[in-house]
Amino acid sequence: MQAPQTLADPSRADRSDLLVLKDITKTFPGVVANDRVTLQVRAGEVHALLGENGAGKTTLVNVLYGIYQPDGGEIWLRGRRVRIRSPRDAIAQGIGMVPQHFLLVRRHTVAENIALGLPGEPFLFPTRGVEARIRELGSRYGLSVDPRARIYELSPSEQQRVEILKTLIRGAQILILDEPTSVLTPQETRGLFEVLRRMRGDGHAVIFISHKLDEVTAVADRVTVLRRGRVVGTLPIGETDKRALARMMVGRDVEFRHERESRAPEGDGLVIEELVVFGDRGLPALRGISLTVRRGEIVGIAGVAGNGQRELVEVVTGLRRAQGGRIRVLDRDVTNRPARAIYETGVAHIPEDRLRMGIVAGLSVAENLVLKSYRDPPFSRGPVLDRRAIEAFARRMIAEYEIVTPGPETLARLLSGGNIQRLILSRELSTQPRVIVAAHPTSGLDVSATEQIHALLLRRRREGAAILLVSEDLDEILALSDRVAVLFSGEIIGILDAAAADRERIGLMMMGQRT
Amino acid sequence: MPEWMATTVIRAVAVSTPLLWAALGEIYAERSGVVNLGVEGMMILGAFVAFAVAQTVGNPVLGLTAAAAVGGLAALLHAFVTVTLRANQYVSGLALAMFGLGLAGVLGRGYEGIPLLNTLPEISGLTYLGFLLAVVLWFVLYHTRLGIVIRSVGESPAASDALGVNVSLVRYLTVLFGGTVAGVAGGYLSVAYRPSWTEGMTGGMGWIAIAIAIFAGWDPLRAVWGAVLFGALYYLSFFLQTWVAPEVLRMLPFASTILVLAATARRRRGQGAPEALGLPYAGGER
Amino acid sequence: MSRIGPLLVERVPAPTRTWVLAVSVLAVAAALAGAGVIFWAFGINPLHAYAVVFAGTLADRRAAPEILRQAIPLLLCGVGLVMAFRAQFWNIGAEGQLLVGAVAATGVALFVPLSGPLVLPAMFLAGFTSGALWGLLPTLLRLRLDVNEVISTLMMNYIALFFVDWLIHGPWKGTTTLGFAYTDTFPEAAWIPVLAGTRVHWPTLALGLALAGALAFLLARTRLGFEIRILGENPTAARYAGIDPVRTTVVAMLISAGAAGLAGAGEVGGIHHRLLFPTQVSLGYGYAAIIVAWLARGSPLAAILTALFLGLIFTSGDVMKVTLQMPFRVTDIFNGLILFFLIGSERLLRYRMRWVRHA
Repeated sequence: MQAPQTLADPSRADRSDLLVLKDITKTFPGVVANDRVTLQVRAGEVHALLGENGAGKTTLVNVLYGIYQPDGGEIWLRGRRVRIRSPRDAIAQGIGMVPQHFLLVRRHTVAENIALGLPGEPFLFPTRGVEARIRELGSRYGLSVDPRARIYELSPSEQQRVEILKTLIRGAQILILDEPTSVLTPQETRGLFEVLRRMRGDGHAVIFISHKLDEVTAVADRVTVLRRGRVVGTLPIGETDKRALARMMVGRDVEFRHERESRAPEGDGLVIEELVVFGDRGLPALRGISLTVRRGEIVGIAGVAGNGQRELVEVVTGLRRAQGGRIRVLDRDVTNRPARAIYETGVAHIPEDRLRMGIVAGLSVAENLVLKSYRDPPFSRGPVLDRRAIEAFARRMIAEYEIVTPGPETLARLLSGGNIQRLILSRELSTQPRVIVAAHPTSGLDVSATEQIHALLLRRRREGAAILLVSEDLDEILALSDRVAVLFSGEIIGILDAAAADRERIGLMMMGQRT
Repeated sequence: MPEWMATTVIRAVAVSTPLLWAALGEIYAERSGVVNLGVEGMMILGAFVAFAVAQTVGNPVLGLTAAAAVGGLAALLHAFVTVTLRANQYVSGLALAMFGLGLAGVLGRGYEGIPLLNTLPEISGLTYLGFLLAVVLWFVLYHTRLGIVIRSVGESPAASDALGVNVSLVRYLTVLFGGTVAGVAGGYLSVAYRPSWTEGMTGGMGWIAIAIAIFAGWDPLRAVWGAVLFGALYYLSFFLQTWVAPEVLRMLPFASTILVLAATARRRRGQGAPEALGLPYAGGER
Repeated sequence: MSRIGPLLVERVPAPTRTWVLAVSVLAVAAALAGAGVIFWAFGINPLHAYAVVFAGTLADRRAAPEILRQAIPLLLCGVGLVMAFRAQFWNIGAEGQLLVGAVAATGVALFVPLSGPLVLPAMFLAGFTSGALWGLLPTLLRLRLDVNEVISTLMMNYIALFFVDWLIHGPWKGTTTLGFAYTDTFPEAAWIPVLAGTRVHWPTLALGLALAGALAFLLARTRLGFEIRILGENPTAARYAGIDPVRTTVVAMLISAGAAGLAGAGEVGGIHHRLLFPTQVSLGYGYAAIIVAWLARGSPLAAILTALFLGLIFTSGDVMKVTLQMPFRVTDIFNGLILFFLIGSERLLRYRMRWVRHA
C-alpha cells in the first residue's frame, strides 16, 4: 500500500517538487508577514504567487533568497532540507531573484553589474569573458542587451533583462520574479512571458509574483494565493478563473470598474504649451509637449517609466525649471514660479515617492498635515505657530480620511504605507485644490486603500478639479481617466479618449509608435 | 633646470608624499561608501609611533611598519563604529581625529625635542612607492574583480549584497587599508620629512588629504596631481617667507583647498561621489 | 526579539526619554572606563586618576565656578551647533568662528573709541556679526557650489587660527607687552564683569542661557523653526513643501556661527582681556561643542546640561594637568572617546529591555 503524500512529510512529497517551503513564519514588529506559509514548486513550471500588496509575497521570497531569516518553518530543495542564510547561499543553491525594484549599480556597465561577485571570473579584466556570455545567453532566451551600456542609459525593460541575465549566468534553476510586469508595456510583457516559457522549457522553475489576474492566467501553470500572510490555496491554472482568484485574493467580490458618471468638463484647469524641460543629467526630458486638463476631467499619463513623467510632474508643481514653453493654471501663468506660489495658486501634488518626498518621517502626523499650510491662518499667527489649531485640524483630518494612527502626535514614520498615503491625500485635498497632480497614487497599496484613493480622486473630479494622473498601472489609468496621453521619450505620442482606448494600441504608443 | 627650480620640485614632491598616501587611502574607503574624517588622527598616531619605534629600535623602516599597524588599528575603530554599529560616519571620524590627536599628544610628551639618529631621506622609496601605489590602485579599481566589488559596494550596497558580496567585509578592508596608508603617511613626516616629533605635527594635512580625495573625483591617478599641487602650495609657503609673514603663508594651503574645491565644483558635478557614500548599510533588516 | 536569561530584548519604534538618558550615561561611563585603560597603560592608576579628578572638581567647592566658566563658551558654541545640525549643516567650524569673534571683539575694545557703557554691547555685536560672516562663506559655498561643508568649515578654522597668530605677532602686537606675542590689555570698560571672586563672566553666561531658551522656542513654536526642522529631517520634502533651502540654511548658520562668535567675544572680554595665542583663546571649545550638541540630541535646552558636563571634562583636564602632570591633550582623549561611545551606543536606543518571568 502506498503511503498518502502529505504536506507534513515533505521528504516524501511529489518527486517532481523541486522546491518546498514548509510552514514558513516571519514576523516583524507588530506584523505577521508570513503565517505558516507552504509553497511547492516543480521544475519546468511557472508558478504564480498571487496576492494583493501587503499579503506577504515579497517577504516569502526574501526568506527563500536568504535576505530574511524565517522565525519558523523549513526549506526543502531537491528533496533535501537546506538553510539559506544569505543571498550567497541562495545563489549557490541555484536560486536567482529579479526584485521589483532593480538592484543594479546605475553608473556601472551591464557587464560590470553581471561580473560583480561572479565566481570563476579571472581577477584581471573580469568583464571580458562575461561580455561573450551575455551575448550568448541573450540570444538563446531573447534577452538582448549591450554589455557595455551603462545601466542608467537603459529602459526599465532592458534593466530587467540585465537582472534576469544576472541570475542565469549564476546558473539559477529557480528564478523568482517580483512583480516583473509593473514597469513594462503590454507588448514588453508578452515578450517577458515568452522568455519565461523558454526557461520553463529548459527545466527552470519560475516563481512569478503578481497581483494582476490577467497576467497570472496568461503565463502561470499553477498559482498559490496569499492573503494577509496566509496561503488561501494552490491550484492548477486550468481549474480556476479570474473571478474565483480575485475572491481568493481579496476575500470578497471585487468591483472591477468604478462608477464614473460622465460629466461635461467646464473650462481649462491646467494648460501646458510647448513645454521643454531638462532632466537631472542636463538632457531634454520633455521636448515641447502641449496638453490641457479641463476642470472636472482626469487626464492619465501613460508611458514606460523614465520617459519624462517625473519631469512633467515636477515642472508643473514648481520643483523643476522649464527651459521653454508655458504652464497656466486657471489662466494664470505659473511657469517657473516657486513651488510655494504654485501651491498657493491651488495646485495639489501627490508625489511619487511618498516616504522621501511626501512626508517628513521624523515629524508628527499633525506636523505633516500642515507641511504646506503652516504659514496660513489659523496655523500661524505672525511668525509663531498655533499648536492648538494645528492639533484640532489634525484630529479632523484623521477622522475624515480614516487615517489609522495612535494620535496626532505620533511620528509619521510609524504609520503603514496606506495610512501615509491617506495622510498625504488629506493634506493635499483638504485645501480644495483646483488642479491635482497625482503621481502613482496607489502604487504598493492594498485593495481597500486603493479603492478609497480612487474614490477620493473621482469625488474631486466631480467637484470640478482638473486632475493629472501619472501611473505605471495601465489598468488604473484606464479605470479613472477621461483621456489618456501617452508619453514617449519626452513627447506626447497621442491623446486618446479613455472610453475608446484599447490596451494594445496604448502599448504600441508607449514604445514610440504613432498610430 | 636652474638649481632653485630643482629644489622647488624636490621639496614639493616631498611634501606631496604624505598627502598622496593619505588621500589614496581615503579614496579607497570612500569608494566603498565610508567617509573617514579621522585621517588627521590616524596620521598623527602614525607619526608618533613611527618616531617612537624608530627612536627606540633605531630602524626607521620598522617605525613605518609600526605606524601602518597603528593607523590600521585606529581605522578599525572607525569601521566598527560605522559599519557594524552603523553610526554616523562624520561624527565617528571627528571622534577619531580628536582621539588620535589626544592620544599622540599624551603619549608623545617624553619624545619632544629628541633627535632621530637613523632617518630616511626626504625623497625616499616612499615617494616613488606612492606614485606606484596610485597607478596600482587605479588599475585595481577599474580593471579587476576586486575593483568592481569595491566600487559596487560604494555605489549600491544593496545590489552587491543581493549578489552575495559581503558589504561589511569590503568596507572593513578598505577602511583598514585607508588607515594603514594614513599611518605610513604620518610616519613619513616624523622619520623622513622632518625627522623629529612635535605634538600636532601633521598640522591639518589629514584634512587636506580628504579634500584631495574629493578634488580628484575619487580617482587614484588624479589624486597624484592633487597631492603635487598641494605639496607645491605647502612648499610655496616656505619659499615666500622672505616677503610675506609666515602666519599668512601658513593659511595658504587651507585657503587654497577651499578655492580649489569651489573652482572645480562644476567640473565634478558629472562624476559625483559614490552614491552610497556616508550611508550605513543595514542589510536585510528593516 | 531575543531573550537573555530573564531579560527580553525587543525593538521599539521610538525610545523613551529615560532610556535615552540611561544610554547616554552608560556611554559616558564606558568612555571614562576606556580612558582609564589608557591611563593604566600610561602608568597611572586610573582609580587614582579619577579620585584625584573627583577631589579636584566635584568634591571641591572652588571648582564649581571654574566648571561654569568653561561651560560658557561650550554652551554658546554648542547651542549654535544644535541649530546647524538640526538644519543638517555640518558646521565643524565653531572653533574658527569663535576665534574671529574674539578678533572682532578685540578690535572694538582696542581701536574703537566708544563711551563706557556702549563698549561691551559693541564687542558682543562685533563678535556675533564676525562669527556669522565667517560661517556664511562655507554656507554659501555648500548651497551654491556643493562644496562639502565639513572640509570648508575645518579649513576656515585653520585660517582663523593663523589669522589670530598673524595679528598678535604683527599688526596688533602690543606696545607694552615686552616682546610677547599678544595685544595690549583692554581698557577696563571692555572687561566683561565677573561674579565676585571667580572668573565667571556672567553677562556672557546670561547670553548663552537666553539664547538656549530662545532657540528652543524658535524650534518648537515658530514657522522658521518648523522650516529648519523639516529641512534638516528631509530636504526633499522641504523642497516639496515650498521651503527655500538657501534662506533657511543661511539663517540657521548665521545663528550657529554668530553664537560661536559671541563665545569668542566672551573669552577675550571676560577672561584674557587681550587677544593672545589662538590655542589659549580657545582650548578647543569649538570642537568640544560638537559633543555638547550631539549629546543634547538636538535640544537647545539640553545643551545647557551637556555644556556643563563638558565644562567638567575640561576642568578635569586642568586638574590632571596640574596634579598628574599630564599634557593638556588629555581632554581630547576624553572627548574623542565620549563621542565614539555616544554614537556607538545609539543602536541601543532602538531596543528596549524588559524583565519577564519565564513563561
